[in-house]
Amino acid sequence: MVKFITAAEAVKFFKDGQTVMIGGFLNCGNPQSVIDEILKTDLKDFILIANDTAVPDDSRGKLVVAHKIKKAIVSHIGTNPETVRQYNAKEIEIDLQPQGSLAERIRAAGAGLGGILTPVGLNTLVAENKKIITVDDKDYLLETPLKADVAVVYATYADKFGNLAFHGSTKNFNVLMPMAADVVIVEAENISETPLSPDNIVVPGIFVDYLIMKENNGTD
Amino acid sequence: MELTKEQAQEIIARRVAKEFNDGDVVTLGIGLPTKAISYVPEDVHIIVQSENGVLGVGAYQDDSNRDKHIINAGGFGVTVNDGGCFVDSLTAFAMMRGGHIDITVLGALQVDAEGNLANWCIPGKFTPGMGGAMDLVVGTKCLIIAMEHTAKGAPKIVQKCTLPLTVAHKVNMIITEKAVFEIKNRQLILREISPYSSLDDIRENTPADFSVDLVK
Repeated sequence: MVKFITAAEAVKFFKDGQTVMIGGFLNCGNPQSVIDEILKTDLKDFILIANDTAVPDDSRGKLVVAHKIKKAIVSHIGTNPETVRQYNAKEIEIDLQPQGSLAERIRAAGAGLGGILTPVGLNTLVAENKKIITVDDKDYLLETPLKADVAVVYATYADKFGNLAFHGSTKNFNVLMPMAADVVIVEAENISETPLSPDNIVVPGIFVDYLIMKENNGTD
Repeated sequence: MELTKEQAQEIIARRVAKEFNDGDVVTLGIGLPTKAISYVPEDVHIIVQSENGVLGVGAYQDDSNRDKHIINAGGFGVTVNDGGCFVDSLTAFAMMRGGHIDITVLGALQVDAEGNLANWCIPGKFTPGMGGAMDLVVGTKCLIIAMEHTAKGAPKIVQKCTLPLTVAHKVNMIITEKAVFEIKNRQLILREISPYSSLDDIRENTPADFSVDLVK
């Protein structure tokens, strides 16, 4: 059953060096308040799994600026000059992944699959050190599952059962990551007393462990 | 004649728009490829897909319809046309990889005579990441590269890409302000010469082997 906590209380679920998934795409659908609480602590050396490192003053981007990220497994860093600077200065390790493969690797972990086979990245640097598997005379790369210790995601709507629904283009990685982490923390803009309609629920509440209470939730 | 950057981009965007057929599902890269939308004829209705999970991307938002939770892949606020929808990243990429996109238009750092594309990394200098580019190019029915013919005078259409590849042997067409090329069976074919260029000009700026088979 989902528990309600404050953003400050969420910090206790993190440890140095953990693998952390954070939802969002650039400036859209980003959890904020848990990240702001992490920034107040000495926590460090996270391995970040996310679509991108956003911009320096937003969500994931702030963690990079504060040197909290040891390694980032992402599809894009170009919108955050500080990530690029740290990468060039070898202060951060960057593992660039094709975006669709990144999404499928997260899903594979959440869905109990041993990996996925994709043609994306064949004959490129992405294929280095990866197995090629041939199915019906077509080559595919074997991409392995990506799992996290903690996932922090945004939702537009939640109910007290932890069910989630989304407005606009905020679904992005927020929908997938709750399947693929041991501890799942959600920052929802609207938490309703009445259950969300089963017809409209995108992420079932069984994937969610903690909901940040709205009054402590800076997410907008 | 020397074209300004803006003039060159408009020529390219106008020519790209002619490739769209009514009903096509289209994905456009950030920047120049996206400009093609402005030149789609009124009787041609395309469905624009954005990798962050929007199908049916419409006009940019204005003061009457701001919503920061509806963006395109470049992070800009957009509207959604009638019939459009929002999907998660898995579904967005299934559309691309699974062969559900008719035309993909992207920019390039380099394209070569065999249809190889490099557009995500200059080792040691510029590594923004591939984002969705590698996935975008794999499943599409038609991959068009829309770009200025040269970068600060340096050729971008080359015999063999020297930069890290985005995809091998996949580009179908290259549209620049000077020319339109098709790539068939790993052979580069010059199909159109822009009114602002000439065969000599194209040869001078294209260090790749190509045949000439102009559209009448």
